[in-house]
Amino acid sequence: MITLNVNNKNYEVDVDPNMPLLWAIRDVIGLTGTKYGCGVAQCGACTVHLDSEAVRSCVTRVSRAEGQKITTIEGLSENNDHPLQIAWNELSVPQCGYCHSGQLMSAAVLLRENPNPTDEDIDDAMAGNICRCGTYLRIRKAIHLAANMQKNGNTKG
Amino acid sequence: MKQPSEIKSPNILSVKKVLVISLMLCCIVIIASAFKQKINSPGIAIAVNIANDDSATSAQAFLQVYSVLMSPRCMNCHPAGNRPLQGDDNHIHTMNVQRGKDGKGLYALKCSNCHQAENTAGLHTPPGNPKWQLPPADMKMVFQGKSAHDLALQIMDYNRNGHKNKEQLLEHARDTLVKAGWNMGGDRTPPPLAYDDFVKAWDTWINNGGYAPPAK
Ligand code: FES
Ligand code: FES
Repeated sequence: MITLNVNNKNYEVDVDPNMPLLWAIRDVIGLTGTKYGCGVAQCGACTVHLDSEAVRSCVTRVSRAEGQKITTIEGLSENNDHPLQIAWNELSVPQCGYCHSGQLMSAAVLLRENPNPTDEDIDDAMAGNICRCGTYLRIRKAIHLAANMQKNGNTKG
Repeated sequence: MKQPSEIKSPNILSVKKVLVISLMLCCIVIIASAFKQKINSPGIAIAVNIANDDSATSAQAFLQVYSVLMSPRCMNCHPAGNRPLQGDDNHIHTMNVQRGKDGKGLYALKCSNCHQAENTAGLHTPPGNPKWQLPPADMKMVFQGKSAHDLALQIMDYNRNGHKNKEQLLEHARDTLVKAGWNMGGDRTPPPLAYDDFVKAWDTWINNGGYAPPAK
């Protein structure tokens, strides 16, 4: 048995320690907000936080995640009210939506480390998250909006 | 108690002997340093044993070392710019990955977000190592675009080689991240020398004085 701490809750999972974390999160624990895109660390759809870093869960083994804090899109905020989630909503960023769990988890690391990102900083942080629908311009806008909300201490756009 | 006059005065003959021997030693040191002719830039802090100094053997060995350092498996993480390279054609790493201050990437694109402690199975999957990173921003240790002459000087320069002395340089060839260059998985071409031959050439280069091949 392996204990995984996901969104502040412990789960006992009986899986091969080499299983990709994404499999455990989706198929064993049942949190399906995190998506499977490529399976080879190329698209970013499967991004979750492992001790606050935006790892790609499709290539991260369960054994690496043991004893660490795993956060998925379901646990990014208590009430879906992270400034990024509010900004995403406000600007209707997603189209099909498939890539956006990963987009949000990556953007959250950017905003934590750089509360006032420039366009270039956003490129540096987000270029690894592919969006098949091409919502990149709205993603950029929403990150700026969320940064402003964070700065002004409110969660309204 | 002995009086000063009772203390035996030094023997004149032995004073002469000491003088002659010191003079000879001086000459030997001066001649040796004249032959040593270090090619390294000022600021070099690597002491090399004169007895092993052999510039031809050393520079020759470096040419072998150089063939490895210029291979994609080494050069891709020693780029001239601030972005790592990928593939046998040294293209810029996809995803706009940046070096970052510590050489470990930036924000959501830190090296270890994709590169695991070990290679990930499959084609075009990230190779891995627990130490995966580029040189840090304040000590870039660029290989890309360097001639053999320039690169040898750079590696032997304490102020440009990550502050490594001779022992640490010798050790570096045994570093697990360096060694990982021979086991990157997928269809990645390994460096042109076998790992053991690389270490041999590296040691030969440094132990014989760390000489640079002539500038072209
Ligand atoms: S599914 Fe993990 S990066 Fe694409
Ligand atoms: S919204 Fe469809 S892939 Fe990004």
